[in-house]
Amino acid sequence: MLLQRFLIRLLTMLITLFGVAVVVFVVIRVAPGDPIAMMLPPGATDADIARLRALYGLDKTIVQQFFIWLSGVARGDFGTSISLRQDVLGLVFNRLPATLELAIVALVMAVALGGTTAIIGARERGTAVEAGIDIASGAALSIPDFLWGLVLILLFGVLVPIFDISGRVSPQLDLPFVTQFYLFESLLRLRLDLTWDLLKHMLMPAVALALPLAAIISQLLKQSLKEVLDLDYVVLARVKGFSETQVILREALKNAALPTLTLVGVQFTFLIGGTVIVERLFSYEGLGNMAIDAVINRDLPLIQGIVLVFALLFVLINLSVDMMYALLNPRLRHG
Amino acid sequence: MDEGRAQRRAVSPRLWLAGGWLLLALLAAIFAPLVAPQDPLAQDLMLERLPPFWMAGAEPGYWLGTDSLGRDLLSRLIFGGRIAFIVAFAAAIAACLVGSMLGLIAGYFGGWADRIISRIVDVWMAFPPVLFAILLVAVLGTGLSSVILAIAIIDWTRFCRVIRAETMGQSRMDYVENARIAGYGRIGIMLREVLPNVVPSIVALLSLEMGIAVIVEAILSFVNLSISTDDPTWGGIIAEGRLSIHQAWWVLVFPLITLILTVLSFSQFGEALKTRFDPVLR
Repeated sequence: MLLQRFLIRLLTMLITLFGVAVVVFVVIRVAPGDPIAMMLPPGATDADIARLRALYGLDKTIVQQFFIWLSGVARGDFGTSISLRQDVLGLVFNRLPATLELAIVALVMAVALGGTTAIIGARERGTAVEAGIDIASGAALSIPDFLWGLVLILLFGVLVPIFDISGRVSPQLDLPFVTQFYLFESLLRLRLDLTWDLLKHMLMPAVALALPLAAIISQLLKQSLKEVLDLDYVVLARVKGFSETQVILREALKNAALPTLTLVGVQFTFLIGGTVIVERLFSYEGLGNMAIDAVINRDLPLIQGIVLVFALLFVLINLSVDMMYALLNPRLRHG
Repeated sequence: MDEGRAQRRAVSPRLWLAGGWLLLALLAAIFAPLVAPQDPLAQDLMLERLPPFWMAGAEPGYWLGTDSLGRDLLSRLIFGGRIAFIVAFAAAIAACLVGSMLGLIAGYFGGWADRIISRIVDVWMAFPPVLFAILLVAVLGTGLSSVILAIAIIDWTRFCRVIRAETMGQSRMDYVENARIAGYGRIGIMLREVLPNVVPSIVALLSLEMGIAVIVEAILSFVNLSISTDDPTWGGIIAEGRLSIHQAWWVLVFPLITLILTVLSFSQFGEALKTRFDPVLR
């Protein structure tokens, strides 16, 4: 049953990815403006242009180009970036870790903040504390990450300048890293000075990304906790003499968390989508920032590669959340 | 029931505040040439980076100060509101029409129509929306109609998903069955019986989407891909403000406040309208 569900999901995932590839391929090829003309000096002859067009395969029909590109992708060859003249896959893998670290730190913060406020709100239900949490989460939810980023830049970059508002790491530092996962590697190497520097750069973009998600987690988890808290087994635990906090943490939480989990999965993909503009805002050297440059430079192979990697990330997250839900939900596990 | 009524009463002042701000901003935008104290494009390097009125060094007539080219910030915000509201209304309505129609069809007819539409929605959801918007505007060329079209192309899925789910729920209700027995055609039932019942959701989403459209337009102007650079836009002012943040914080603060108030108002307005129209809560 579970296997069948998994295989169906895998198939739809491939169809979705194929659809994304088709859409992005068609969209960027109807674009006016010749990327080849942009990369040549003004004195280039028509023959030069034609030679370069042939080199990048732009002299063939759209359908031919698509299948040449697709067969390359199947072999792990995403083509060569026009503006940076490097292998697209290499460029993407160079930047992806920065974006993943940012997104994961933001996710952890969102779960911690949303979870804590949900538990406090459920414990203090019906009081001014809960009302305050509701107002705060309502505002956090309505204001998108782009605006939160700007608010944070003003507050902690200008008014009280305690965090860095630009870049991923201080440029004067010597980095001993062999991977692009700077944050995790600095922890593994116990170079906590570097960890601190990385976190100081990452904190504000991460908070901007985390706040809307934290608000959703807070609202949904609080709602399910309040529902669970009226059930018999919880009342029984209370009668046994557990304090309200103990009742929530030991009895209610694990049953209330399941609906939140599915939602967090979908919302996490929105969070990753938000990294594009938030990275731009904080000049953070991740995939999203590179994507915007690629669009501005009309770097077709690079745009295609980045969009496909984002799409792959999104469908993988949805797939894993779906599987996790099926594994954790007894009704689906047996039925 | 009591909770619903209490919620409705609590919503009222928020509705007035939100509606008040939107009306004020909208009127200022419509009558911008009459209300704006200065020409929003007039540069004067003698007046560069003037602070807002309560600070030392402020000039009368330049209430919120000036930017690094000496242009009046308040006038630029008022004129920027024109672009923001045009984009908000046009893009949200376009996304709403396409998305709601497809959602109705998918939810009511089911079967192949539903499968195809849902698959397209899946593909759309696999794009990072901001990157998709930037890509579309780069392809369509900068300009007001490109921005509107790009937002509509991306955000119709929001309407489609919600309306599809609501329509599916409505289609199982007795009144739809009764209409069928009474001999109404399927399209007639969909438009005359089901549609009015999903309108509250559409209206609430429409208001929310207007706020989103304002943000997307600001993001596009921020990366310098919205309309021509001459006309002031909120996102464009924010981009300038981000650059001169250490010399003139007000160039970032005021457009930011304007954007936050507008987005909050659109979402509050949507929530309140939904509560008001919702037959269960009423």
